[in-house]
Parts: sequence; C-alpha cells; structure tokens
Amino acid sequence: MPTIYIDSKPYEALAGKNLLETCLGLGIDLPYFCWHPALGSVGACRQCAVKVFKDAQDGTGRLVMSCMEMVKEGMRASVSDKDAVAFRAQVIEWLMTNHPHDCPVCDEGGSCHLQDMTVMTGHDYRRFRYKKRTYENQNLGPFLHHEMNRCIQCYRCVRFYHDYAGGKDLGVFAAHNHVYFGRETSGILESPFSGNLVEVCPTGVFTDKLLKEHYTRKWDLASAPSICQHCSLGCNIFTGERYGRLRQITNRYNSEVNGYFLCDKGRFGYAFVNDVNRVTRPLLRNQTIEAVDEAPLMKTLREMLSGEELIGIGSPRASIESNFSLIQLVGRDNFYQGLPEYPAYLSGKVAELVQSGALYVPSLKEIEASDAVLVLGEDIWNTAPVMALAVRQAVVRTAAAQAGKQSGLPAWHDLAVKEATQEKKGFLANLTVCPSPLDEEAAFSLRRAPDTIARLGFAIAHAIDPSLPSLPDISTAMRSIVNSIAGALRSAQHPVIISGVSCYNEGLIKAACTIAAALHTIGLRAGVAYVLPECNSMGLALLHAPSFDNATARVLSKPGVTAIILEADIYRTVAEKEADAFFDACKHIIVLDSMHNRTTQKAHALLPAAAFAETDGTIINYEARAQQYFQVLAPQQDIRASWKWLGKLKGLRAAAGNGQQVHPDEILQQLEQALPAFKGISRVAPSPDFRVHGQPIPRDPQRYSGRTAILANLTVSEPRPPQDTDSPLAFSMEGYPGIPPPALIPFYWAPGWNSNQSVSKYQQEPGGALRDGDPGVLLSGQAVLRLTGEEKPTAPPLFMDIPEAFEAREDRWLLLPQVHLFGSDELSSYTPGIRRLAPQPYIGLGEADATALGVIEGDDIFVWLEGKACSFPLAIRKGLCPGITLLPMGIPGIPVPQWGSWVKITLSEDAEEIRCPSKIF
Amino acid sequence: MLSLLRTIWLVFLHLFHKKATIEYPEEKIPLHPRYRGRIVLTRDPDGQERCVGCYLCAAACPVDCIALQAAEDENGRRYPEFFRINFSRCIFCGYCEDACPTYAIQLIPDVEMAEFHRQDLVFEKEDLLIDSEGKYPGYNYYKIAGITAGVKETGQGANEEPPVDVHSLLP
Repeated sequence: MPTIYIDSKPYEALAGKNLLETCLGLGIDLPYFCWHPALGSVGACRQCAVKVFKDAQDGTGRLVMSCMEMVKEGMRASVSDKDAVAFRAQVIEWLMTNHPHDCPVCDEGGSCHLQDMTVMTGHDYRRFRYKKRTYENQNLGPFLHHEMNRCIQCYRCVRFYHDYAGGKDLGVFAAHNHVYFGRETSGILESPFSGNLVEVCPTGVFTDKLLKEHYTRKWDLASAPSICQHCSLGCNIFTGERYGRLRQITNRYNSEVNGYFLCDKGRFGYAFVNDVNRVTRPLLRNQTIEAVDEAPLMKTLREMLSGEELIGIGSPRASIESNFSLIQLVGRDNFYQGLPEYPAYLSGKVAELVQSGALYVPSLKEIEASDAVLVLGEDIWNTAPVMALAVRQAVVRTAAAQAGKQSGLPAWHDLAVKEATQEKKGFLANLTVCPSPLDEEAAFSLRRAPDTIARLGFAIAHAIDPSLPSLPDISTAMRSIVNSIAGALRSAQHPVIISGVSCYNEGLIKAACTIAAALHTIGLRAGVAYVLPECNSMGLALLHAPSFDNATARVLSKPGVTAIILEADIYRTVAEKEADAFFDACKHIIVLDSMHNRTTQKAHALLPAAAFAETDGTIINYEARAQQYFQVLAPQQDIRASWKWLGKLKGLRAAAGNGQQVHPDEILQQLEQALPAFKGISRVAPSPDFRVHGQPIPRDPQRYSGRTAILANLTVSEPRPPQDTDSPLAFSMEGYPGIPPPALIPFYWAPGWNSNQSVSKYQQEPGGALRDGDPGVLLSGQAVLRLTGEEKPTAPPLFMDIPEAFEAREDRWLLLPQVHLFGSDELSSYTPGIRRLAPQPYIGLGEADATALGVIEGDDIFVWLEGKACSFPLAIRKGLCPGITLLPMGIPGIPVPQWGSWVKITLSEDAEEIRCPSKIF
Repeated sequence: MLSLLRTIWLVFLHLFHKKATIEYPEEKIPLHPRYRGRIVLTRDPDGQERCVGCYLCAAACPVDCIALQAAEDENGRRYPEFFRINFSRCIFCGYCEDACPTYAIQLIPDVEMAEFHRQDLVFEKEDLLIDSEGKYPGYNYYKIAGITAGVKETGQGANEEPPVDVHSLLP
C-alpha cells in the first residue's frame, strides 16, 4: 500500500487506483462529473482538478485531473490548493453558463449531482448574462424523458449506453459547444438498460417518465431496501413511497449482485402495486355483498378449515416466509408447487445441483470477471437481463485486461484501454434457440434446437475430457466449433457456463454440469449458473415439493379437500382444463393474492395479500442467495402479508386461535430448524429489535416534508404514524442518522451528496463492497462448505444420458416458449409502458419452415393447443431451426400450452393436417 | 396627595391624545405591504398558476405544514394537483415565500384568519389561489426556464439562442 500525502496529511492508498477514487474512498469531497466507478475515467469534464507536487520542497505544483492520475508511493497532492479550488470553480461556472433555470421543474432537483457539485465548488451566483444555448428534445419512449437543454456534455450517457450496455441507438451528434446526445430521430430507446441513464446522467437530461406521472422529490420519498421481483437474479433496489403510493424504484448497490445498474423491467415494473386491479378487501363469493369484515370472514374461514383436509399450493413469486407459513399450516405432505410436473422437476433438479455443494454457482460479479462464457440454450437477454449485461462486461473486460497487460494501462483508464483493445473481444459462445442481441459480442453464436444444443454441450465436455462419451454423429463443421469452444474454456482461468430452464429441456442442465465436471478434471473451477423463471423459484424449489399435477391427481382421487393457493395465478402456468379439473374437485378454495386474476375468480374466500412493497420477506435468487426486502408502504384497507394471513389461519385451524403474530425473523428461525437446507437464512437481516444507540433506522430522510399537512384534510390532529414491529426500520424521520448495517440502508445520502453518487460514502472503496459487507446470505452447498471451512474442490456430477439428436417431424412442431423481457412477466406487465412494448400474440417459425409452408410474415396460422385450433399471425424468426415453433410466453390471448410438446399446425381451421416437406437439418 | 393629583391630571390630558386603539373590526389595522400574514398562491401575467409544484416551500417549512403533489398538463407545464397548508400549524415565518423560485407563494398583510374549529384552518389550493400577481407583477417563470411548457417555443424565451442545428458542424 503506497502512502500518499493529500494536503500534507499522510494516507494509505490502494496501488493501481486513480487519485480521484482514492480521495473519494478516503472521504475527501472532490467534485467530478465524467468519472463513474463502473465506467472508468476519461478526463473529459475537467472538474476533478487537484494540484500535484513534485516533492515536499515543491511549492508551485501543477494542476492535474485527479481521475487520470495514478497514485504513486510518496505522491503529494492538494485538494484545497488555492489554484485548484479556483480552477474547479471556474469550470463549473462555464458548465453553468448554458444550464437553464430549470431546477424547480426538473425531476433531478434534490437528487442532482450537478446541484451537489455546484454547491461544493461554491458557485452560488450567476455572472453570465448572455443568451443560453437551446436544443430540441426527443421522445425516447415510455420510460425516459429527454430535456437536452440541461446537458453539461460529460458523455456519461453514451459511455454507459453504448460502451457499457452495447446499445446502438443513442449517440453524440454535432460538434463544438453544441454537442447533442440523443437518437438520430425520436423513437423508443432500444436497450433494455436505458432506465439507468436516469442515474448515470449527472443532471436532468434523462429523467424517469413514470416518476413524472406522480412526481416526488427524493427528500420526500420514504424509502426502504428491497429486492426486485421480476426475475431470478434478485437485484437490489430501493422502493420510494409518498402519500401511500409506490413512486419510484432506484438501484441499490450490491457489489456481488447488480452493482450500479438495473434493467428497465425491474426499474419500471412496479405499477402493479398501485393498480386498480389490486385485491384490497377480503371477499367471500356467492353472496350479495362479497367484501366482508373481519368477523364474518373469520367465521367462514374457520368453517372451511376446521376438520377439513387441507392442501397448500406454494408460489415461486411469494416470499419464503409465506411459503413456509403455508407448509406450517397444511403440513409438509400436503404442500405442492403451483407448477406442472416438468418445470417443477427442472427447477428441483437445479436446486438439487446448487444445494449439493459440488457446483460452483457464480454471482453476477463473478460472471463479470469471467474470461470465457458459454451460454447453453438460455435466452438470458430476456430471462435474466442484468446477467446478460454482466456477460457483456465479461467479454469487454477480458479483452481490455489483455490489452491493459500488454500496454501497462490501468483498467480505469477507459479511453486509452479502449484504444488499445480496438475490436478485440473476450470469449462468449451463445448457443440458443433464437437470435439474441448478445450474439454481437459472441465469438460463436448458433441457433439450434434445445436437444441439439445439449448434445453440443456433451460434445464440448468430451472435447475437454476425452474419457467422457463421444458423439460420433456430429458434422465436421460442428466439430471444429465444438473444439474451439472447448479450447477457449480450457485455456480460460474463470470459465462460466450459463443455462436455465426456459427451454424446458433437462439435457441442457445436465450438459452444463457435465462441462463443469470435465473442466474439473483438468483442474479448472468452472462456474455454472442456471437461470430460473421467477424471483423465488429457487426458494420454492429448495422446499422440494411435489408438482401441481400431483395435487390434481390427489384431489381427483379424493375430492372434498380445502385448497389454499398462495400468490399464484395457476391459469398462467397450468393448462386451463387441468386447472379447472383441480378447482372443481376442491370443496373449498382459499386464495391469497395481491391482484385479481383467473385463479382469484375461483376462490371461495379471497384474502388480499400484500405486494412486495407492503411487507417484509425473503426471496432466494438463482445462486441460492437469500435476500430480504422491507416494507415501504403501509398497506391500505385490509391488505396484509400472506404470512400474516396464514398465521391467522393457523390460529383458526388449531382452534386455540390465540392470534399471536410472529415476526418474519421467527418464521425464518423455524424454517431453519425444520429444513436444514435453509441453514443460515435467519442471518439475512438484523432482527426487528435491532437498534443503533437505541434508535431504529428511519425510512424518511431528514428533510421529509409535510408531516403536519399530509393527512390534515382528513383530520387536523395528526394521527400516530404506522408502527413497524416486523423490522428495525421506522415510518419516521426520527432515528439513527448515520450509516446503518448494509441490509437496512433505506436510501443513499451524505452531507453535501444528495444524489445517488453518495453511494461511495457507503462503500469500502468506490466500486467495492458495502461497508460491513454486501447484504444477503448464500445458501448454496459451496457457500455452506466455505463457511465451515471444508471447501475443497469436489467434482460436479457427470451425466452420461445424452439426449437424442433433435429431428424435425413432418407433421408436428416442437412448441417452445419465447420469453419476452417486456410482457412475459405477470406483475411487471401492469406498467402501461411495459405493456406498450410487449408483443402481440404471434406464432414464430423459422424461415425454412415458412417457405416450405408457403406463408409470409403476418399470415394467420393455426396451432392446435389442447385439441383446439388457435390462430395467430406468423412472425418469421431468423435462424430458428426447422421443426420448432415459438409462442410468446405469458402474453394475454394465448392459452397456456404444454411447453416442450409436439403440436399440430394448420393453415385453416378445418383441421386439415399439413406436412412440411422441408426437413433440412 | 400631590402624586394623586398629578396622576388624575395626566389621565385627564389623555382625553385629548390621539387614540392608540382602533375600532376593530369596523376599522382595519394598517399593515405594512410586506407584513407576513395569510399565505396565498398567485398567478403569472397570463393568468396561469405560478406554482410549479417544486416542493421547495414544503421542504423549507420548519413546521412541515405544507403538502402538495406536482402534476403536469399535456404541454409539460407543472402545477400542483393539490396544495394544502395547515394554518393551525403555520408560524408565518415566510420561509416558504423565500424558497419559492417562481414567486407563487406569497405572504400577504391579512391576519383575519380566526376560526372556531381547528379543522377549518386547513386550506386547500382553491382557498389559497388568488387572481393576482401579488407583490411581484410581470414575472413569468416559464419565460426564463429552459423548458417550453406550452408558454414559448424552444429558443424563444428570454435570453435564449435559437435551437441548435445538430446536423451542422459550423462553429
């Protein structure tokens, strides 16, 4: 560790860092604009100037940009030097000459990096009295508002959008002092990471259009730490509340998981919480007034529960507390998953592998640091977007690291490293069913059927370890690709293999594991990540419950049971006929859900369940990382957390009915005792009685306004704020004002740093882990072994059952789901902007199939699902292999088919079978 | 004895002094134009609401008695969807007026606000909005701001260059 002197005071600095991040890490306030810990330094804005001295005798020194200066042993710098201060003040005054008087109407105001830096440099009075530059703005789609007049030309937006996220349609136009950041013409930004521009832009050029609809300043938002609910990655988010509505979602830094960035589905997919379709009152069906009060509800529920045989249907989108409360109510033998047999089996298989301890499951940060990535089948761009972003970083950084090693450039020296890297790329092989934007980064991208991809996976394993079974029938061209991929994986230091369950193919899961096992034999520890469909799919899978098919079989063989269905729309995962059969055979149906849907229509008793922003809960992500989210909204009317309802039902069932409420941490402790797979989960966050100096953690910022007026129209005597007994967070601005433990950070703020850039005050070093470590507990087998100190490189299991090669059939097509980032997810589709970007129903065929059938794009095609012909317009999917047909998953208007089955396709409704002559493969 | 007579004499003299009290409420107290009394929301010269819902008054309020919600019309002009002041909490410090960047919120020389019920001291936007520019006539925030908001065309505001032609490379 070199010692450096800043303003004559010695500090220990980290070697290889630049002076700016070192200063920020040491807690010294130094203004900056163009530098970003995830994007590196370019020295464009000239704002972070400091003076550097030759030696202790040098009294003159020279001005340098601290972001471009590497720390050296014995370095002497001055932040408070008169010239440096004057220089920085001058730079900001120049930047402000064209900045409009917009703060009152600018959504960034109050969380604006430019405001913070302007105040920090002391520029408080405008001397510039001349005309300001103006620009025409663009309409950038449903998520982002564009206001170019506010731009200070720091280039961060294009550096994120283009260089970091790989977007093509945002660029820099014009020159000199009228540089323009935007698209060529108005239009929807294509990248699914465009929402990050809101946080990346240091001023208000890009602002959140959803927030604009119910605008609230950052200082007025009550915030809480939360976890994104829309995919299995478990990105950390902040939820912001005002006037009882969820107003905004922003990124919560977790160095192991999402780092600085979110996808647009996670950032904007929260509108369902405020939707009119929410269940707000308990309903008892088949009576004149369905909404009921507590007493009649409890009476009916007691009748439904007492003496009846209960079965519970768990949910992959409900918290582990709720799922386990349901198990406690109905008993382990009566608990089922709300998923059909095969998907439940696949998730169970993944959970088993992750739990076994033989598999090393990389975090997103570890994927970013990987130097060879192989994607087997999973369309991660749509099923796990932030993982796709991480894979892109792996590709970019591997090449940059090599270039940096040759040229001796540090990794943060962004522009120079890019110059040295040129077009070179790290290794990515993207073997998927459909084309993906990730293909641009890939050394190899192949479009094949899932079985064929699995076979290629086994062939790669054989090429790495020749003792594994070979596949003789692979073509020579393919063999060379297989050998190249195997070679790249062999020569890598941190290879990562990504697969998942969205192809409904077990072979892919086994192939990924087998490749890791093959790499193990040559002494390489390969990471294997399996993407799962829902936010708590892993949690539900770890409970190893039987599938919905088993529940149906049981109910049909012995009707008259009471079914309790937890936060799952069965009709989205199970075919209509089977779901109907199940519900018809049940005597009583109790449904807990937050939104009205087809399943809640079947309920005899419907209980309003809290959405994620209204309760505390723990969900488990793809790598078995348990993370807790906290309540930010006091639920309206009778809405209660599912685990609270289930606790009440348990009281009714036991007839004792003591109604004693348990806290979520008590449920987690009971879970730990009941199921050893969840050992350690109760450490996920501090318990509700945790206090710092006797004080809770306030959800409201210090400057929270309107306390005595918000409810004054209802009653002028201010009611007591809601009391939170389930967590150490308080619905108040009173409490511990300092930095809380990482799992409880409700928002980022530091004196002088109102914007999200204040995150550096919460980190051990800029871009590093949070102080006291990132939140979350890993439950994977490897993590448990690591904790007990028994971690030794065990071999991942080998699978020998290579699937048969895919062969297109003449009269049937293999039906696979196409997951869409916007539209396939149930809850996020309530956001109007996401609904707008979601596709209309279509049927996807490859070019060869379409030519053979003599149909063109948009023609109506009939696909036979459950014995019925459904007509959808044809969408030709480039590169899709013949014999496969795609339907978009989760889009309204498409009945739930049995994915992975063979379906009949006709050109007219009168069931005339067609045979497809072209079977080129 | 002497002091007694002197006092009587002085009291007698006061009969001819100018009166210190006034016949309130028939006669009103003369208040300075910048007296900090009742709070109003003013309008700009075009007759539009001046308040842009920036929340600065609410943040500045030491007793947190201002609550509002910003909304936006189809032109992008901001206005408060509701604007509530709880006068039973207000201490008439005038910080809200100081904080207001658009001269919308102003304290006026009116102190006749007594009510029998505390609840009646909660004023909504309809109660606060007046048809006047108040103390700052002629000021229109949107003429100076960078956004257009249906008030002007881009580049047509006070001290604005015409919009940049992004296809031009000329200096």
